[in-house]
Amino acid sequence: MPPTPPPADAAFDPARPYALHPQVALRPESFGALAYHFGTRRLSFLKSRTLLAVVESLADQPSGLAACRAAGVTSEEQGAYEQALATLVGSGMICERVA
Amino acid sequence: MTTVAPAEGTRLVDRFERGLDAPICLTWELTYACNLACVHCLSSSGRRDPRELTTAECRALIDEFERMQIFYVNIGGGEPTIRSDFWDLVDYATEHHVGVKFSTNGSRISEAIAARLAASDYVDVQISLDGATAEVNDAVRGEGSFATAVTAMERLAAAGFAGFKLSVVVTRHNVGQLDAFKSIADRYGAQLRLTRLRPSGRGADVWDELHPTADQQRQLYDWLVLRGEEVLTGDSFFHLAAYGDALPGLNLCGAGRVVCLVDPVGDVYACPFAIHDEFLAGNVRGAGGFTSVWRASDLFLELREPQSAGACSSCGHFDACRGGCMAAKFFTGLPLDGPDPECVLGHGEHALGARGDVETPRPSPDHSSRPRTVAVALTTRGGTPDRRPDRSCDEHPLAGFAPGSAPTAR
Repeated sequence: MPPTPPPADAAFDPARPYALHPQVALRPESFGALAYHFGTRRLSFLKSRTLLAVVESLADQPSGLAACRAAGVTSEEQGAYEQALATLVGSGMICERVA
Repeated sequence: MTTVAPAEGTRLVDRFERGLDAPICLTWELTYACNLACVHCLSSSGRRDPRELTTAECRALIDEFERMQIFYVNIGGGEPTIRSDFWDLVDYATEHHVGVKFSTNGSRISEAIAARLAASDYVDVQISLDGATAEVNDAVRGEGSFATAVTAMERLAAAGFAGFKLSVVVTRHNVGQLDAFKSIADRYGAQLRLTRLRPSGRGADVWDELHPTADQQRQLYDWLVLRGEEVLTGDSFFHLAAYGDALPGLNLCGAGRVVCLVDPVGDVYACPFAIHDEFLAGNVRGAGGFTSVWRASDLFLELREPQSAGACSSCGHFDACRGGCMAAKFFTGLPLDGPDPECVLGHGEHALGARGDVETPRPSPDHSSRPRTVAVALTTRGGTPDRRPDRSCDEHPLAGFAPGSAPTAR
């Protein structure tokens, strides 16, 4: 099947709601998690358990920022997490959802 | 690959070298039977082994893969599509959330099969081709195999299967055809994948004549650097990292740490290039199944311990190439804690010279249809030599696993 290319120039807007892409599987690991996208057949590494918690809670939270807060991300750490989440948007692992 | 620099001592590579609870992915050779007889076949395939896993055993193994959350398996052989239950097993795996990528010589990709494959999101196909021309390919893979592979690619493209893989083992004779391979892949909407020729299986017999020369390795590296992530390598060429920048990929030997091989009779080896008793960790039929072999076998636990750099410890490039490929060293009779035979600094060549005329290890199970050491063709039925099995021998378990993003949040 045609692998769907990740959206170019994807950005992460903490005010918007997100969710894990339906074709992505997560496997928790001691360092964080492995994420595999069955559509693009790409693997990503989530390099902390907190980032995994953020990604897992995205679908239940009204915004990306709320998901970060719910997972215990502090405001000092917020920038680094947003960068990581933007990378995940760029590879199609997470995507904006219709609120 | 976008990576935010991780903290000292927490590089993912270091975590991976200590092993994971389950492989990131694994290679599963479904049968030793093959309709071709590639001269470099990693698994010395040809004849089916009567002890091969039954359909029920294969299904139980897939159940185990699902429980371990192994995202996908690289299925090879032999020629896996020869098994009469092949398509059923593919369906069973994808129904159980285990993605499938299988390697094939293309001989069984009919129009109907191509359409079926194109309709699935969870199946990927890899067509093996070792020459961009029939002349170069068929010398390695057998007469007519180029035409067979091209027909399969035409059918996949016509069915609308975009992004299947065209998989090439780089040899001395095809390394000059890299652009031509890329054109073929582009023509069929496929992605090119280049892998390293290993001296494993029957490859041991031809490695001396077929492995790229030092100049060719450099040429290959430069070509790969230019192409970036556009061309897949299954992490095959991490020994070339000592030239400068690492190529995209994990750049580590994942054997027994993040990858492994399950062979047709259920034997579990450290990696697809190491089918030899020395690297046999156990069998899936044993108590505890595959999970227990992966998590508790002596061999795998040992591989996850810090490894000695041996003769390479004083080399400034060790961090880049990590001593290269374990299987390549083993099958060329070199010590495992020394340079790769194709070390880009020439240490491997030197070691091969110094090694002298030792007898190199032979593949433990050999399923070749014909004896391998006979120089003169034996009399065969009808006077024509049997055409044995072909296989998709170029499967690295990390194939297609472009470790795209590596978000970190430190």
